[in-house]
Amino acid sequence: MAHEPRTQTHNDERFGPPPNPQGRRLSAQEEAQLPHIIAKPRARYAWAAGIAISAFLEGLKRGKILGRKCVGCGRVLVPPRMFCERCFRPTDEWVELPGTGVVETFSVSYIDTDANRVEEPILVGTIALDGAPPHCGFMHYFGEVSPEELHIGMPVEPVWKPEGERVGSILDIRYFRPRGR
Amino acid sequence: MRDVAIVGVGCTPFRPLTPEVNWKELTFQAAVRAYEDAGIDPRRDVDSFITCAEDFWEGFSIFDEFTPDQLGAVLRPMHTVTGDGLLGLANAVMQIKTGLCDVVVVEAHSKISELLTFEHVVELAFDSVYEAPLSRERDVHPYYVAGLEMQLYLHETGTTEEQCAAVVVQDKQNALLNPLAPYGTRMSVDDVLGSPPLSDPLKRLEVAPRADGCVVLVLAAGEIAERLCEVPIYIEGIGWCSESPWIAARGAEALYAKRAAQMAYEQAGITNPLQQIDFAEVDDRFAFKLLQHVEALGLAHPGQAGKLLLDGMFSRDGELPVNPSGGCLGAGDLIEAGGLARALEVVLQLRGEAGARQLPDVETGVALSWRGVPHGTGAVAVFRRRS
Repeated sequence: MAHEPRTQTHNDERFGPPPNPQGRRLSAQEEAQLPHIIAKPRARYAWAAGIAISAFLEGLKRGKILGRKCVGCGRVLVPPRMFCERCFRPTDEWVELPGTGVVETFSVSYIDTDANRVEEPILVGTIALDGAPPHCGFMHYFGEVSPEELHIGMPVEPVWKPEGERVGSILDIRYFRPRGR
Repeated sequence: MRDVAIVGVGCTPFRPLTPEVNWKELTFQAAVRAYEDAGIDPRRDVDSFITCAEDFWEGFSIFDEFTPDQLGAVLRPMHTVTGDGLLGLANAVMQIKTGLCDVVVVEAHSKISELLTFEHVVELAFDSVYEAPLSRERDVHPYYVAGLEMQLYLHETGTTEEQCAAVVVQDKQNALLNPLAPYGTRMSVDDVLGSPPLSDPLKRLEVAPRADGCVVLVLAAGEIAERLCEVPIYIEGIGWCSESPWIAARGAEALYAKRAAQMAYEQAGITNPLQQIDFAEVDDRFAFKLLQHVEALGLAHPGQAGKLLLDGMFSRDGELPVNPSGGCLGAGDLIEAGGLARALEVVLQLRGEAGARQLPDVETGVALSWRGVPHGTGAVAVFRRRS
């Protein structure tokens, strides 16, 4: 028996014409005609924060930003790790940073995870903290600043949640704002 | 083609829980030990790094991006094999054999204690439109697949439930001599037979308890290996094989393991495994799997492994010791690190560094891995200490 061309499937009686290339929701009836399975994966995890990040989170709860110094390369790593990925050796000591820094890069995000337009653009970016080398991995939100004002190199400082609201999370810092505001 | 040898091994102890460290810190510990053992600096001396990991076990998508830091592999050639550690080892062997690399590092770890819905993730490994709905409809534990395989294996080979239970007794006793193994204990066949049925004929004590841990191996080309260490352990052959994923298509035999062994044996020049192999480390996440895998390795005729085990052939002082480490039942189900844990024991034994459980006069050992329910993928590696 000769095989039917593949494209035929869309035009046969069961499925009707091909779906609108512009995209539209299938009607309940159309959906019922398409054999499919809906499943919600149940995957839950409880990740250990580890030695370095546990101490870091505890520090945030107390309003402190802690880093780990590697005497091999002299860098202070923040967020901290117990080993230096460049030197491949254990890091050596805890260092408290003042929390101030400068904007390394940023983006003004106008959409949420579902690609809906958001009313207030979300300002995200990376920060070179004073006392730590550039491009160390510190990321956060920016606030009390307009998208037009925000720029690379702008000095910023953290805005903390009140002590009683801090739980040991990176969100214990609400955002970073232009310094001295 | 060039020879390939293991020149360094490192691991963490295998433990039911490791809440004190995150998986990066766990891996770092094992890696530091392996590099110290090999006498190398990963930032200078390693040409390529391989991690063996699967996103769902880790809870990260695109987990391969997270692998460099804790191995010293930042800005170096690095890739991930989504599978058991021995599959990563096979990749490493090929990279060296081809001359592309001289020194390669392979890592695999388990942080499986952090996965709270293990059974549901296993279920996601079932065919999503045909097999998984059957599991979900009645919320049946996915280990029923092991029950299916065991039932058929017993039926076709005449292996008895007592023989399977004896596997557990032997493994857990061997584990008592292995400081890495958390599940060593002394028990009787009746203890095992009397443990609650899970998926009949599979009983609770016949299922390997899971464990966290990390194993790192350093491989080098033969000429470099001889310079780096006193006792390089050569990888004489490595093979791997996958069956069709249809659960209901499997037979009583572990065909994936048999074919993987044939591939490895051909490279290693092994024509009579019983004569040429001194001991074996095989995956036994379920007790009957040890027997099935020993048969797949050609170390017993089909259906004979259980009887030979009762006769003592596979015990530590038997003719052909199997799982002196305690296997998965004694050392823990290390998920994708299972194959490297088997390989680690083979290397330690061949080096003469296995401590209280050291086997006398061993020259050639074989490691066999399996990815666990519901998979039909296995790998086999043959290791030798050359005199």
